Amino acid sequence: MDYFIELLFSGLTRGSIYALIALGYTMVYGIIGLINFAHGEIYMIGAFTAFIVATVLSIYGFPLLAIIIIAAVAATVWASAYGYTIEKIAYKPLRQAPRLSPLISAIGMSIFLQNYVLLAQTSDFLPFPELIPDFEFMEPVAHIVGSSDLVILITTTVVMLILTYIIKFTRVGKAMRATAQDRTMAMLVGINVNKIISATFIIGSALAAIGGLLIASHIGQINFYIGFIAGIKAFTAAVLGGIGSIPGAVLGSLVLGLTESFATGYISSDYEDVFAFSLLVLILIFKPSGLLGKSETQKV
Amino acid sequence: MLPLKEFSKALGVSLWFVFLTFPLMVVKVDPIERIIRYRWDNCAYVAVVTFTAYLLMKFYNLRKMRVGETKKEVKESKNIIHSILNNKKQMVVLCSIVLVIAAVFPQIFSSYQTNVMTTALMYVVLGLGLNIVVGMAGLLDLGFVAFYAVGAYSYALLNLHFGLGFWAVLPIGGGIAAIFGILLGFPVLRLRGDYLAIVTLGFGEIIRLILENWGEFSQGPSGISNIPRPGFFGMDLSLASSITYIYYLMVIGVIITIFVVNRLQDSRLGRAWIALREDEVACQAMGIDKRKTKLVAFSLGAFWAGIIGVVFAAKTTFINPASFTFLESAIILSIVVLGGMGSIIGVIIGALILILMPEYLRALSEYRMLAFGGILVAMMVFRPQGMIANVRRTYRFEKKE
Repeated sequence: MDYFIELLFSGLTRGSIYALIALGYTMVYGIIGLINFAHGEIYMIGAFTAFIVATVLSIYGFPLLAIIIIAAVAATVWASAYGYTIEKIAYKPLRQAPRLSPLISAIGMSIFLQNYVLLAQTSDFLPFPELIPDFEFMEPVAHIVGSSDLVILITTTVVMLILTYIIKFTRVGKAMRATAQDRTMAMLVGINVNKIISATFIIGSALAAIGGLLIASHIGQINFYIGFIAGIKAFTAAVLGGIGSIPGAVLGSLVLGLTESFATGYISSDYEDVFAFSLLVLILIFKPSGLLGKSETQKV
Repeated sequence: MLPLKEFSKALGVSLWFVFLTFPLMVVKVDPIERIIRYRWDNCAYVAVVTFTAYLLMKFYNLRKMRVGETKKEVKESKNIIHSILNNKKQMVVLCSIVLVIAAVFPQIFSSYQTNVMTTALMYVVLGLGLNIVVGMAGLLDLGFVAFYAVGAYSYALLNLHFGLGFWAVLPIGGGIAAIFGILLGFPVLRLRGDYLAIVTLGFGEIIRLILENWGEFSQGPSGISNIPRPGFFGMDLSLASSITYIYYLMVIGVIITIFVVNRLQDSRLGRAWIALREDEVACQAMGIDKRKTKLVAFSLGAFWAGIIGVVFAAKTTFINPASFTFLESAIILSIVVLGGMGSIIGVIIGALILILMPEYLRALSEYRMLAFGGILVAMMVFRPQGMIANVRRTYRFEKKE
């Protein structure tokens, strides 16, 4: 039973990290209909920035709380800046182009960013400083649920609530939903669509950066390649839930996280990634619109 | 000339990029030794590069606008290559020159150079194979390397277990890859372009992961070694002469591929692919069987990849799953995109540039993948049709005298 609960929690932790990344995919897809292939790289850059800032601060001897806050702020700021710039360079000129062009551009961006980090930093696995301490009150259950699992679950829940608030009630959120429904109509009622698209990229990147920070301190090491696999898995989660749907992305991520956790726990850990990819292929065959997505009919 | 305003804008852009790249480019920490290195010189490089890049881009846009005003000029200088392609006499001369160079290449250059050239030719064929899927049929396939792996492994395994030779496996490897292409094609037929890209990518990764983890079947990450080179009518060849031999095989392979792809392009099937790429609904309304057409595109592309996989296994005599990562797919895709989607001559030139350049500019080989990524973005933004755009066949109305 303990093993089951352990797997359950590790699945939920994985799932909530996937959710943070998947939200970026789903929001961008909802608004401009593009699979932002470079989104995984944003997550990686967020994790790397947090790593650099946290290590520098710890060398200078800052207290732990200050390190956590400054690293989190730096990661979100820089990741958002990257997200914003990528959109301006690689996607904005291609708004009117055929569907394939922005996708190829996004793949190019992803390869470019990976190798940029590889060249600017290193190809080795780097040890990520331990930001989340082991809480004393967690001691009795520490063999099942780690402290970092708890922190990840709480942080993601809070972040999701903030995101829901932004999307439901603020001006930007309303404008986003309007743009997602009908871009031309949104323009006609006076929404600055370019700004809203930029805002979407910034919010999505910030979420990915928080995910990157959390997972890096959970696993304890980072590498320039972490974004690729995480990006594909988060995309799988977004498709599973129905791409374009925000609750769908969260649900899909949790389902994917639990599936992976139980499959590796009870079947075999060698094929961890194969499970995720097979799940993706199966969903797309049997229910391409996902769990909560609306199926769209093609009009002529 | 550019207005002064642009210069201050360029300054702003370069400052933004200095900020953007600051943590990754300037700070380098060693978490074990606890040392921080600040590489301030990188700041200056970033600033200079982005400043000039921005100005160049503005300059390009300005020129493009001016050229747009005088459209006549554009038409006249509309590519020397196309005029050669359209002129039969020049075409024959060009082809024979290329053939002669190809024929004497191994005699003039060392076997190392020949080996490099063979690799480039393999990528030409791979590019042409992917060109069928991406360029003509418009199906973005990011898992193309999976079929390449299937071909390579089918030669290695069939040889290991059943002792089959190169020539026997060549069609079998292609066939198995084609079957895999159909297997992949069936479920994804209904999907739209961007989903298709991700599923093929997932498929490519699944194949690689299975090869890596299913040790009893594929010998795992350590790979399969001692794969025999192709035989020449039962004779054993020395290393140098077998390199030359594979080179000539590839030259013949390229010629056959060009011929077949060229004929396909103008065939009923090729035109159906292009129609499918342009508008699926309209294409179906015209009575084209979407399912069959897409499947044929997938399996034909896969067939070529499989055959080159067999050649690859025979050439290197050693394969392991690490040769078949997503980056390989990305390289082949860059070839097709750089050369011009759908254009045969473009793909050939693209492959030669992308494979030979990093070989000869060793200093740049570190930046190879960075450049590939950059090329994909830049080509999409500035020249989506590729270096040499594919020209549609059009009927010209000529007045009779």
